[in-house]
Amino acid sequence: MWLIMTALAAVITTAIWYVKAPEDKYKLGLLSWLFWGATLMWLVDHVMAYLTEGGEFLEINLDATLLGLSVIMVALLAWVIVLLISDPKGVIKKVPKS
Amino acid sequence: MACFLVPMGEAIVTTIVQKVVVEKKEKKAGGEKTNNTGVTWSRRLGWLNKLLWGGVILLALEHIWHGEVVPWPPFLTAMENPADVAPMLHEMMTIGIAMAIFVTIVWAIIVLVVELKTRAAPEVKVNPVGGGK
Repeated sequence: MWLIMTALAAVITTAIWYVKAPEDKYKLGLLSWLFWGATLMWLVDHVMAYLTEGGEFLEINLDATLLGLSVIMVALLAWVIVLLISDPKGVIKKVPKS
Repeated sequence: MACFLVPMGEAIVTTIVQKVVVEKKEKKAGGEKTNNTGVTWSRRLGWLNKLLWGGVILLALEHIWHGEVVPWPPFLTAMENPADVAPMLHEMMTIGIAMAIFVTIVWAIIVLVVELKTRAAPEVKVNPVGGGK
């Protein structure tokens, strides 16, 4: 399930990035690369596990769904941290020091 | 078990290569673009690094979720039982290497497509007075 959810997140972020491209002020390109990297690795993991061990290709249950949501949350968190550190709008610099 | 350690090793190497070797070389050359495509090797390696690190971070989370990675030594639960070490190494040698190779192949295809697209694009002639046309 987490493979599908990460792949979906990768497609959505890539589409949003493309709408704004070539401008990438909010680093959506980075978020896309993160999701695609995980999607590709899990695809290999799932295919190899399916070929060697058999069974279900996708695990569809509550635990797998919660893992998928957690994966998306962590990727979004990493992206927000990078975004705030780079501060492309200069918002943090403008905060008054009172 | 610990398959993500193989792409992590690759990510460490490619990040060092990008930051230490390629960026220095390009700075020395004055930000020289590669093959007139406008995309430097530093930027290309940056794409690979983002793919690899993204996968590694999110796969590490999955391994923590499944109890295969713990925050205390030896960090990998497979290391606690000698009988689990061989299957862990086997998984790293098979799935881990396959992951690293697959991500690198996809990156190489992306670089190739960008290269071909930018070469095929008509060259912009800049008029010093009127700007680009």
